[in-house]
Amino acid sequence: MSDSPLSSIVATEDQMLEGGWELIVGLEVHVELATRTKLFSGSPNRFGDEPNVNIDPVTLGLPGALPMLNRQAVELAMRIGVALNCTIQPCIFHRKNYFYPDMPKAYQISQYDIPLNIDGFLELPSGTTIGVERAHLEEDTGKSTHVGGATGRIHGSDYSLIDFNRAGVPLVEIVSRPDIRTSEHAREYVSELRAILEVIGASDAKMEEGSMRVDANVSVHKPGTPFGTRCEIKNVNSIRALGRAIDYEARRQIDVLDTGGVIRQETRHWDDAEGRTHTLRVKEDADDYRYFPEPDLVPVAPDDAWVQAVRDNLPMLPAARRSALSALTGYDTRSEAIIVVVERAQHDYVQAVADAGGDAVRALIYVQQAFADAGPTPAVPAKDLAALTILERDGKLSATQAKTVLSELVENGGGDAAAIAAAKGFEAMDNSAVEAMVDEAIAADPDAWAKYCAGEEKAAGAIVGRVMKASKGKADGKVVSAIMQSRRGS
Amino acid sequence: MSAIPSTASEIAAAVTAKRITARAVIDDYLSRIDARESEIHAFNLVMAQDARAQADAIDADIAAGRPVGPLAGVPIAIKDNMCTHGVETTCSSKILEGWKPPYDATVITRLRTAGAVIIGKTNMDEFAMGSSTENSAFGSTRNPCDISRVPGGSSGGSAAAVAAGFSPVSLGSDTGGSIRQPAALCGVVGVKPTYGVVSRYGLVAYASSLDQIGPFATTVADAALLTEVIGGHDPMDSTSIPLASPSLLPSVSQGVAGMRIGRVTDLPAGAEPEVAARLDQAFAALEAAGATIVDITLPSLSYALTAYYLIAPAEASSNLARFDGVRFGLRVNAADTNSMYGATRAAGFGDEVKRRIMLGTYALSAGYYDAYYGKALKVRRLIAQDFERAYEQVDAILTPTSPVVAFKFGDKVDDPMSMYLCDIYTIPTNLAGHPAMSVPFGTGAHGLPVGIQVLAPALGEQAMFRVGGALEVAAGGAQ
Repeated sequence: MSDSPLSSIVATEDQMLEGGWELIVGLEVHVELATRTKLFSGSPNRFGDEPNVNIDPVTLGLPGALPMLNRQAVELAMRIGVALNCTIQPCIFHRKNYFYPDMPKAYQISQYDIPLNIDGFLELPSGTTIGVERAHLEEDTGKSTHVGGATGRIHGSDYSLIDFNRAGVPLVEIVSRPDIRTSEHAREYVSELRAILEVIGASDAKMEEGSMRVDANVSVHKPGTPFGTRCEIKNVNSIRALGRAIDYEARRQIDVLDTGGVIRQETRHWDDAEGRTHTLRVKEDADDYRYFPEPDLVPVAPDDAWVQAVRDNLPMLPAARRSALSALTGYDTRSEAIIVVVERAQHDYVQAVADAGGDAVRALIYVQQAFADAGPTPAVPAKDLAALTILERDGKLSATQAKTVLSELVENGGGDAAAIAAAKGFEAMDNSAVEAMVDEAIAADPDAWAKYCAGEEKAAGAIVGRVMKASKGKADGKVVSAIMQSRRGS
Repeated sequence: MSAIPSTASEIAAAVTAKRITARAVIDDYLSRIDARESEIHAFNLVMAQDARAQADAIDADIAAGRPVGPLAGVPIAIKDNMCTHGVETTCSSKILEGWKPPYDATVITRLRTAGAVIIGKTNMDEFAMGSSTENSAFGSTRNPCDISRVPGGSSGGSAAAVAAGFSPVSLGSDTGGSIRQPAALCGVVGVKPTYGVVSRYGLVAYASSLDQIGPFATTVADAALLTEVIGGHDPMDSTSIPLASPSLLPSVSQGVAGMRIGRVTDLPAGAEPEVAARLDQAFAALEAAGATIVDITLPSLSYALTAYYLIAPAEASSNLARFDGVRFGLRVNAADTNSMYGATRAAGFGDEVKRRIMLGTYALSAGYYDAYYGKALKVRRLIAQDFERAYEQVDAILTPTSPVVAFKFGDKVDDPMSMYLCDIYTIPTNLAGHPAMSVPFGTGAHGLPVGIQVLAPALGEQAMFRVGGALEVAAGGAQ
């Protein structure tokens, strides 16, 4: 991550932290690619197998073994580049040298100054654009388990076990620019990135399983002054934890600075149970990884046709899906319903309900509310849901009744909405009956009515509640509101 | 046993035609090893039992009428830095003592497919770092021409094995001259093919961008045959050139009529007078055979040694980092992981290996990279450009292989700089990635063999073997 001396993106007033501090966050996200085999060998890239079964001379870094680049990994990395609006360039691999027991060759094959994808951006659903500095290919390490000792870390343990199944699994490291100004934006960035990675089939992007790992570079400064010293926060295992860790770390740094202290550049470990970060290692001298070009690999120069094919075959991205749903429903792309439905990849389903003659807005809301666990292709046939939206739209069912029918549809995996409504004895009430009920309710609670008439909208609840009770839920809430408004004269 | 031919091509022909059995061949060579190996120490491991079994399998194939390859029944010795499945591969280092690879190097697979019989693993300078085989953790190899002298290195065991008649052919690896220099010192033919012609898969890396496997033989034709067998594209090595193995045998006897041969007028000095005289004779012989001698300059050559001793150690420092005691080879236990690394590597590596790891680590360090490694890469490009310009005028270039004939044990081992100078004529081709070979051409001081080096442009193996073949013919007369 580059430290520009002055921030080009300045937090808005409501994004500033108290005391005039501005938060600066850059994120490094590692994602494991969903390839069939490893980055440099033919061993399976598979999570959850018995330890040390997906290994071979290359994975173990045996003397004489040589890496062979996986074409599918390059293609998935290019997909990420295209999805993040990056420039895809001819690139080379470097060796990053350091000793660690789960690093078989004592160097990681990574990309350094000439990575595959550079200079992209990601637009958050809320509208902010976050720069993407680079998205490069590299290999994962093995996984160490330290047995004995208090900390679960290598120091003080009795012995360590290493599983090399993960060694050599292809990773793409996506490095944002330090453009993030709030923990909310950080969460939004990761959540949007995850949605993109899933949609384009690059990774299953599960933070819990470690197929997506997020490190946050956090610093604070006063606007107009150079960036503060940053700390890198590791071990953030969920999007929620990311927000908490950033908020904690910002608070900690401000406390240090406000009391005249200085921030050391260091790597800090997020402890989710304690809700705090603590020092993992201090970077007194920058680590010297002795990067040099990997002589066992040749440059990768994807030709225009390949890049174009990747571009052409990219599925519709979440942002485009949100725009499409917005056009369909008239809702803002930033509305919660659209964001949630796109996150669940149920946009096609909403479109299908609309295509089946359904009411698009009601379809969107039904799906948001009742299909949380239904996945991208809910069991309820689109035409069945379409029929329900029409019944409600045409006033044949009240909102409450429609909800009951919807639950039934979800439970049964579909059905004839009209028939279910009939079986339940649902009939839309005619408006004159509702009007009578409204008048009775007004008479029964004159105080509430007076407050409502004085402009206190919350007071409407009491009146509506009485009507619903009297009608046993058959009255349409919207009809009740309309009658009340006309009685009030506005 | 006089019925056993001495060249690979004759052995293969005789075995295939059932004039002799592969078993008889291997028994003969094993008996020669028995007779003289204690004196020479060419091998880290003689695979007598395994070799007999391989030979019997070849004989069974022939008896059953199954097709056999172009090296049917040919014994071959393998430098101990090429992985042999289930057979100890040590790089003559304590750190790998006892390590048995679970896989065959690509060259081994190709040799087996061609019907060759692997007779043993040969001694070398530890991790191919050295020019005398004195850096072996398992003792030096003696030069069969004069056992008080070194065989050269780092592939000294493979050169000595062929020179001593322990095997008609062998494989070595050449990073800065490690095939050609011992070939010259032992009086045999040694070939370093174009970088990327022979797969490095299974060759324990010293300096990845320079390492190349090649053959030793008693004749230029056998060297060509071996190169044909082990060459050609290998998908397991990304730096392998995607071309089929070149056809080389016809070139050996093609002659040099009409060829333009370069004489380097600004060649770094230092060759012994007898060596220089042999080079002049070689030019004269080629001219007599119809070639034209053209004077050329290679001005960057004087920087080659310096560039090499930055690039090769830099890559080595990274390549040898995997010998950390975690997964294979030696482990010296200590209080914690970092101490274990230190203790293991201190005990496992010899002095020259440690020297180069430290050189390379330094050259790659932050703040020094541009001044050392970065600059060395620029010199490397300049050398390649010098050669490119030269090859616009000539088809091949002749130089001495080694400035000196075989030297005595201990003469240079304590003076790294004088040892490094042994490779002054061989290193430039490694930096350029070009092919080169050493052909025995008479004798020098003390009646010891002199080798003449033939250089050719990338993928110019056919031109190189034409010149090599002509030199061999001329040397027959010269001796």
